[in-house]
Amino acid sequence: MDLVESYREELRFTRKPIPRALLLALLVALALLPWWAPRAWLARGSLVWLYAIGVIGQNLLIGYAGQISFGQAGFLAVGAYAFGHLRIAGVPFSISLLAAGAAAGAVGWLVGFPSLRLKGPYLAIATLGFGTAVYQTFANVEALSGGRAGLAIPPLQPPGTLPRDVWVYCVYFALFLAFSAVAYNLVSSFVGRAFVAIRDSDIAAEAMGVNLARYKLLAFGVSSFYTGVQGALLAQYLGHLEPQSFNIQETLTFFVAVIVGGLASIEGSVFGAAFAILVPAWLGDFRWAVPVLFGSAILAVLILEPLGLAGVWLKTRLYFRLWPFR
Amino acid sequence: MARFLQYALAGLSGGSLYALVALGLVLIYRSARVLNFAHADVATFGTFIAFAAVTSGLPLWIGLPLALAVGAAVAMVFYFGAVVPAQRRGATPLGLVILTLGLSLILQGFTVYRWGAEPDRFPFPISDSKVWKVGPLFVSELSAGTLSAAAVASLLLYLLTQKTRLGIAMRATSENLQAAQTLGIPTRAVLAFAWGTAAALAVVAGVFLAPALLLDPFFMLDPMFKGLAAAVLGGLNSLPGAVAGGLILGVAESLFGAYVAMEFKSTLAFVLIVAVLLLRPEGLLGREFQERV
Repeated sequence: MDLVESYREELRFTRKPIPRALLLALLVALALLPWWAPRAWLARGSLVWLYAIGVIGQNLLIGYAGQISFGQAGFLAVGAYAFGHLRIAGVPFSISLLAAGAAAGAVGWLVGFPSLRLKGPYLAIATLGFGTAVYQTFANVEALSGGRAGLAIPPLQPPGTLPRDVWVYCVYFALFLAFSAVAYNLVSSFVGRAFVAIRDSDIAAEAMGVNLARYKLLAFGVSSFYTGVQGALLAQYLGHLEPQSFNIQETLTFFVAVIVGGLASIEGSVFGAAFAILVPAWLGDFRWAVPVLFGSAILAVLILEPLGLAGVWLKTRLYFRLWPFR
Repeated sequence: MARFLQYALAGLSGGSLYALVALGLVLIYRSARVLNFAHADVATFGTFIAFAAVTSGLPLWIGLPLALAVGAAVAMVFYFGAVVPAQRRGATPLGLVILTLGLSLILQGFTVYRWGAEPDRFPFPISDSKVWKVGPLFVSELSAGTLSAAAVASLLLYLLTQKTRLGIAMRATSENLQAAQTLGIPTRAVLAFAWGTAAALAVVAGVFLAPALLLDPFFMLDPMFKGLAAAVLGGLNSLPGAVAGGLILGVAESLFGAYVAMEFKSTLAFVLIVAVLLLRPEGLLGREFQERV
């Protein structure tokens, strides 16, 4: 019999030695990717990790707290441009990164205020309005966007003789690990339970003593902090910013990643990010097929497997738990 | 004064298209409680069907009904093929919204594949360069055509929902689904009809908008967001509200562009949405559904 005996054990990420060893091996293999994989994978890997941070943030908001936001590209733009301007002013990478997250988080906290009154489709429209307004502001105000030439961001300097792409990959992977660890702890704490309670029924949650205003604003703030950090990392990765990268299409890709990965699942967010980055890379020349595939994936997930890739992963694990019996 | 009226008229003709888009969105929201994000892409797809028909030599009076039928068919197939199965699996309202995003992406990819992403010029029998002078105003043939098409479509929709048995069934279904089913109304067919009608309205808007702009696979996105703003302004479950919201938004936008700031013209719609949602979430003419725990 496999029983969880204490709360501490329930919180643990893995409880058996074999899964723990497998997980550790996977993490080590991913951390050492630059030393065994082809060079082309490095760029893709960095992109997946930075994307995963944002998708986790989006999932905290949509999947856990149940608040629909179509303004994600707006937070992404705020983070990216805050980071870009700080970096150009000569501020070091780590401080710019935190400042970008904080700027986006503050904006997210403000955008969260309508969520205290609005629900479902109304909230979706309000945040959509925010996202588009941010995009148009950046597209029209040259002091912010750097005009027609865009904003060039100084590259990351690697220590010693390490090649730059290897260093970028390692930094991004470390940041991804840190942010997903924080997210895991957040969702298994009282904050995560408050989010889930609000998602399932906000009136009931309020009756049980959850402070709706505080936790809805917190959900918006944390989620947009993550998205802002993603924007900063994306800006650093691209090395060049223009408002065109932050239109509504970007928000839709986020949705695809969250839904395909699996709502309310951190590891699902990683699968979703990998899906949203690797599928277009794999399709290569057939660019028109990317939206078709994304759309079909959404339909398939919602009709056949509402838990997304995380659900598939869960079922596979359950199957192998008793293998070869049953 | 003449300048003011001229801009107001331009806003009115643009606003009538927003009203058509808003009518479709409200029709679907009222009956199925789904915000249809695929509305723009269904309209674009239908417009491209009309474009293909006209460029292959068919007259517009065949091409337009064909486009309407194809748009409506796409929406109905989507309803039966995706919305119904998802609802059977207990999809949440969020899930249904995302389902429409899926359809939007599929249609968009297909449109790009079939007709390419480069803008095309829509050959249309009524032009915007032919102008009549009415008093101090200049009225182009296209804006007169747009206004009358929107008026005819709204009138037909009014007659449909208020004067026919089908319209009564539609209103009953959106009022209370279970009660309608108990009374023997084939609610699924009625809902599918609502999806189809909404898509047809959007295609009308697309076909009349295309000659004014260039036709590319993303040309309906902006009008759809405006339509969404108009629907929110008028109240997401009120059909007269959608028309009023569309016209108000069109005129306000045109005047704002003329007198305040041209480059922030389209931002106005979103500022308006946020303001309306904060001050009066049910919209000008709407009435929000009560909620139970």
